[in-house]
Amino acid sequence: MIEVQNLTKKYGEIVAVNDLTFQVEAGRIWGLLGPNGAGKTTTMRILTGYLPATSGRAKVAGHDVFNEPDAVKRAIGYLPEVVPLYQDMTVAAYLAFVAEIKQVAKAKRKGAVARVIESAGLKDVARRLIKNISRGFKQRVGIAQAMINDPQVLILDEPTIGLDPKQIMEIRELIKGLRGDHTILLSTHILPEVTQVCDGVVIINEGELRACGSLEELTASFEKTDGVVIKLRRAGAEEMALFRDLPGLEKATVETKNELRLEWDRGRDLRDDVARLAVDKGLGLREMRPLAGIEDLYLKIVSGRSEQ
Amino acid sequence: MNNVWSLVKKEVRAYFGSPIAYAVIFSFLLLTGYFFYSLVLWFNAQAMQMAQNPYYAQQVNINEMVFAPLFHNMSIVLIFVIPLMTMRLLAEEKKTGTDELLYTSPLTVGQIVTGKYFAALVLLAVLLGLTALPAVFTFVLGNPELAPWLTGYLGLFLMGAAFIAVGLFFSSLTENQIVAAVLTLMTLLLFLLLNWVSSLGSGAAWTKVVSYLSFSEHFEDMTKGIIDTKDIVYYVSVSFFGVFLAHSVLQSRRWR
Repeated sequence: MIEVQNLTKKYGEIVAVNDLTFQVEAGRIWGLLGPNGAGKTTTMRILTGYLPATSGRAKVAGHDVFNEPDAVKRAIGYLPEVVPLYQDMTVAAYLAFVAEIKQVAKAKRKGAVARVIESAGLKDVARRLIKNISRGFKQRVGIAQAMINDPQVLILDEPTIGLDPKQIMEIRELIKGLRGDHTILLSTHILPEVTQVCDGVVIINEGELRACGSLEELTASFEKTDGVVIKLRRAGAEEMALFRDLPGLEKATVETKNELRLEWDRGRDLRDDVARLAVDKGLGLREMRPLAGIEDLYLKIVSGRSEQ
Repeated sequence: MNNVWSLVKKEVRAYFGSPIAYAVIFSFLLLTGYFFYSLVLWFNAQAMQMAQNPYYAQQVNINEMVFAPLFHNMSIVLIFVIPLMTMRLLAEEKKTGTDELLYTSPLTVGQIVTGKYFAALVLLAVLLGLTALPAVFTFVLGNPELAPWLTGYLGLFLMGAAFIAVGLFFSSLTENQIVAAVLTLMTLLLFLLLNWVSSLGSGAAWTKVVSYLSFSEHFEDMTKGIIDTKDIVYYVSVSFFGVFLAHSVLQSRRWR
């Protein structure tokens, strides 16, 4: 649905995106991850036809972004980094205007506005001026305008920024609900969001592709070992020694004064054994959490080092 | 065409949904009203005196003595008012990031620029239309000629349309509305006063060319009821040129 090939964008001497290639299949939700200034926004702007690329190709919804920009623009919904709102319009009037310029058929416009007001939860503010509604509502109006033409492809630049935790949950649910009918590329720097919402990620840094694939694929290729961190009543050398003898365990280290880090070969699962041992020996097991969180993975990939 | 219409509606609503249109209309009407009132008073006094003398009595002409100077004054006020109308057109979209919505919608740059231009023309038409109301009294109570009055308004509208095109161009150059307004104002003043050079050189060819480019040079005849194609061609070409430049600026900015 989204195909990017050798995409490069230079602003004068500065290379914002360098030889980027990735693909997103139809009906999936992909996250675009990277530190600030990595080229996420530039990539999205090229895909939506806002900026031309210096070289390379991009295809969205089967149309070439450079040769058939209008076909692409009709097929996409886009939430830019800065939500494009006219402060002096009411929410409903704004959405009606977007429906017009997105060329939603005249007969369907009213229905489209009502639909996005409903699904973005804007009913209570529909008649209010945009300048008078809260930051969270503004963000939701931005998402609503992106969905107004019922696009095949949604491109969302940091959709949950500026929202409170409850709203974040609601927006994530909304986005998840679009899976299947819509292809979504969203950028974010909230890492748990990726594990909760996305089927896969594209990680870029300094304009270059660092990794691309589903979360399982990436974990498998970047982390050789699997493991847990366990929290005990007390964690010291003696406790560590107890675990070291566990069959299959590769490595045991003391993390903090009541946490142990246990690692084993990827593919095995020693979690039951670890728990049983901790309970049998009466070590006071408080917590067990997976070792390779998305944070570890992300940092590893972005900094370009892997343990292999 | 539908796209242009959507933009025109949105822009006109933006004018009238904010204080801009009302501030512009209020101040323009206030000044025009004052000009009209004082010109009518002056005309009354003059007409009284001239009526004493049978030779001058024939020359009393309300069109030439009230409307022609009124139109001149209005054209000067337009120079100050129009930059305020046009400064936001493209600059504001850039500043607030809403241009990203327009450029990622299936709209062409041409449609965006034309929509903006037409919206400002609508405001200009409303502005000039409202100033026509006091003239109704002169038509009821006196007997001015209709044709020169109408051509005067045609001239004002065409001139205003050309001013708007200049303003639109400067609004495309910057995201700062003040900068756009200042540059527009200076350019309009310069073009207004270009015909001063005709009094410098003793009819040299270049002074003729330069004064041909002046806004005021082409307005004179229209206030007298004369429609000359060269004047219309002048205003229409300035309008086209301004809109074309704004279009080129936006187009090139996106390809940088």
